[in-house]
Amino acid sequence: MDDGRNKSRRDFLRNCLAGGVVLGARSKFRLLGAVEQTSPPLKSRVAVARDPMLRGTGSAVDSGRILNLLDRVMQTLFELDHPSEPWKKLVRPGEKVGVKVNGLGGRGLSSNVQLVEAICERLQEAGTRASDIVIWDRDTDELERVGFHVVTEGNRVQCFGTDRVGYEDELATYGSVGSRLSKILTQRCDAIINVPVLKDHDGAGVTIALKNMYGVIHNPNKYHPHGCNPYIADLNMLPAIRTKVRLTICDATTACFEGGPGYKPQYSWKENALIVSQDPVALDYTGWRMIERKRAEKGLKPLEAEKRAPSYIATAADAQHRLGTNDPQRIALLEV
Amino acid sequence: MAGKLVADAGRNPKPRDISTSALGRRAFLKCAAMAGATCGLSAFALPFPAMSSSARTTQDDSQFTVEAKFYEKLPNKKVKCKLCPRECTVGDRERGYCGVRENHGGTYYSLVHSRVCAAHVDPIEKKPLFHYLPGTLAFSIATAGCNVNCKFCQNWDISQVRPEQVPAEYAPPKAVAEMARQNRCPTIAYTYSEPVIFSEYLMDAADAGHEAGVRSVAVSNGYMQNEALKTAYGKMDAVKIDLKAFTESYYRDVVAGELKAVLESLVALRKMGKWTEIVYLVVPTLNDSDSEFQGLARWMKTNLGVDVPVHFTQFHPEYLLKNLPITPVPTLERAKAIADAEGLHYVYIGNVPGHPAQNTYCPKCRRMVVERLGFTASQMLIRKGACPFCSQAIPGIWHV
Repeated sequence: MDDGRNKSRRDFLRNCLAGGVVLGARSKFRLLGAVEQTSPPLKSRVAVARDPMLRGTGSAVDSGRILNLLDRVMQTLFELDHPSEPWKKLVRPGEKVGVKVNGLGGRGLSSNVQLVEAICERLQEAGTRASDIVIWDRDTDELERVGFHVVTEGNRVQCFGTDRVGYEDELATYGSVGSRLSKILTQRCDAIINVPVLKDHDGAGVTIALKNMYGVIHNPNKYHPHGCNPYIADLNMLPAIRTKVRLTICDATTACFEGGPGYKPQYSWKENALIVSQDPVALDYTGWRMIERKRAEKGLKPLEAEKRAPSYIATAADAQHRLGTNDPQRIALLEV
Repeated sequence: MAGKLVADAGRNPKPRDISTSALGRRAFLKCAAMAGATCGLSAFALPFPAMSSSARTTQDDSQFTVEAKFYEKLPNKKVKCKLCPRECTVGDRERGYCGVRENHGGTYYSLVHSRVCAAHVDPIEKKPLFHYLPGTLAFSIATAGCNVNCKFCQNWDISQVRPEQVPAEYAPPKAVAEMARQNRCPTIAYTYSEPVIFSEYLMDAADAGHEAGVRSVAVSNGYMQNEALKTAYGKMDAVKIDLKAFTESYYRDVVAGELKAVLESLVALRKMGKWTEIVYLVVPTLNDSDSEFQGLARWMKTNLGVDVPVHFTQFHPEYLLKNLPITPVPTLERAKAIADAEGLHYVYIGNVPGHPAQNTYCPKCRRMVVERLGFTASQMLIRKGACPFCSQAIPGIWHV
């Protein structure tokens, strides 16, 4: 009895041949279509938006203008018309979202509070409950120092550091990395919006999207030798990070071209920009080039000449990691 | 203390039952209070109440913060640490590799002075120090942090964390010395994690101990700059060094350190006249070749002399090296045979309870002069530093 599972190889070939005849001219069309789909490699989109009037006449970022800037850059990246539409593509209602900021640089050079408020506003408009959003970094005191209000209960957007909930007991490992992950990442978040700052780094060269993940582990001090390479790339391979980070919104309102990661006014500049991408490697490459341009403008040597070019970016793009691309030919830079 | 189970650095595995010797938190509080009273310290602070590992806010960081002793100031508020050969250049508000030293505005601070995260009363044999006051106890303390990252570390949950990530108690130097005396410990041992990174505390505690008639020993990786070694370990009465392997590649790939610097420390300790013993944790397939054992033994003979004890100890899978088996006893015996053949006088096998190579034998008449069972010295026959049978001198510190 032929139940369809006992066909011989001869039967199989005969059926395939018959199928080809039946499809006739259509099959040729489909074949061409397939070639068209695979020939041009998909480019990683990186959107950069600037607003020279971001601060109005003062020095602080204007809340309304940063929201507008965020909308522009997000709508450009996702090619959507309505401000809340990109967020609906990123997060489904009911999901818990972590907004991973960076507060290491103190008030002068940390993730901008108005920017983070704007992100939270749009997330809520897209259907995420306020209490399902947590703004976080490693340390609660640091968050307070840079202007965030700590919230740990109620129906508001939550905000606290890993020090309040601790790290997982078990090590997460990949390559050179073995670390305990923040319970905020593992237990409180389904999705992460990464909000780093565009900064020079004395060890790594630059610290932007990928290195911001040092703030989710218990032992970042162990991963600074050798320009943080391959540690940064290996760390970003950990499944809890790789699968949850959905978008990077790099805060380049104030950026740093030398002497980072701490804030030094003489080495910072007001770029008044946001850089956004779903490819953290492409974003880091783009940010690195921006820092190099500013360094050249200020008469400083390239990072390569200082023996601190961010080699981890290439590692993150290599065949072992494939976290994104650092090939400028494969990056679609969208400036608005 | 929370009765945290810990093993001495380089020793593996964790002892199965040290609860009888562990100092409970209640005992710690009692001892600390007594110590405060005894020392007449009006400002003596009792240890903090029990807290969870995440309860950082209950720890007052300023209480444990002192300016570091070994560093240079650099432009732009940076500092260069001169404690270990890594020489971390640390920017403002950042920490060094060890995770326990932080730059604040161009001044470098230790965050772990008097910040004890593990304390136990251990036999001195557990360190292991076999030629140092056998059969006595050591009041053993540690802070969080380490300046290397051994993939086999059995105490990684205190050595590879930042101080605010583990519960700790405030234990100032005089209190430590007094607690040692109260617990009939002639020695304070700085151990479990890595004393290099709490050098400032170690020095102060050693001074307090010596004033109270209590000695000090360090159980260390020896990965330290020479000046820091002379200053800090100059205050020690004995030092045990974990020589992790005899190849730079192992130090680079498994330890995140450098062999050369450790060998230099060993030579320096001998020149300083410090009683020194070496532990070599034998990890299957990674540092267990004949050539490594032979190289080590020859180097010791040439640079340290034949009387420095070496302990070949058994590895158990831990931390990031869980894919390797326990070291077979024949491998340890092979290491011992090679070192014996090279002429070293005191070659021990560690972490194998009941093995005859845990005993001390006279190198001249071959009679047993110290018998050990586990961490206990069951027979101590040495008299006035010599073999009771043939009067051969047996080097070490034998009597309190």
